[in-house]
Amino acid sequence: MNKILSLLALTLAVSACVTINIYFPAAAAEKAADKIIDEVWQLKDGATVPASKPAETPAK
Amino acid sequence: MQKFIFSFFVVAITLLNSSWVNAAADLDVNTPAISALKSSMQARHAQLAPHYASGAIGLTKDGLIAVRDATALPLKDRQGINALVAAENSDRSLLYKEIAAGNGHPEWQGEVRNTFAGRWIDKAQSGWYFQQDGGWVKK
Repeated sequence: MNKILSLLALTLAVSACVTINIYFPAAAAEKAADKIIDEVWQLKDGATVPASKPAETPAK
Repeated sequence: MQKFIFSFFVVAITLLNSSWVNAAADLDVNTPAISALKSSMQARHAQLAPHYASGAIGLTKDGLIAVRDATALPLKDRQGINALVAAENSDRSLLYKEIAAGNGHPEWQGEVRNTFAGRWIDKAQSGWYFQQDGGWVKK
């Protein structure tokens, strides 16, 4: 009886282990995504290129 | 004796669990494959940026991009747009795959993609289009 109980507990514990191991780290993934997107879209250095730059002074 | 074995397992498994949780705290995104994809996408973005702004292309809810309104494209760009979008989507899909595989969990690919889908849209400039359940929305 004792043997069965401890086997059962072991099975439960191992399955709990597997459950945690396959848990998706959502916060870490968001952090990684932000980092990559900033680089691809170059959001950190130079920021965004202004769409219409007032290069010349408007004629009055 | 059995009690000893049992408590040994409990302690061992508790320790293992906590170390796995810690190991999952960060995702490695610095593999050579990911770096190559990043620079390829960065270079392509110069071509894509004006089309996001004009609404010709938009961000899809599955973390890719799509042609939304080809009439917003200048004539000279209409022919090449499909190839450009396809190349970008291929890079993006590979990126999600590489991040999942690079961290030892290829099965995370779908979740990585979903995470990116939300972040691309959050970081998009105002005026760009993104896809929602009902269709295209202007940010």
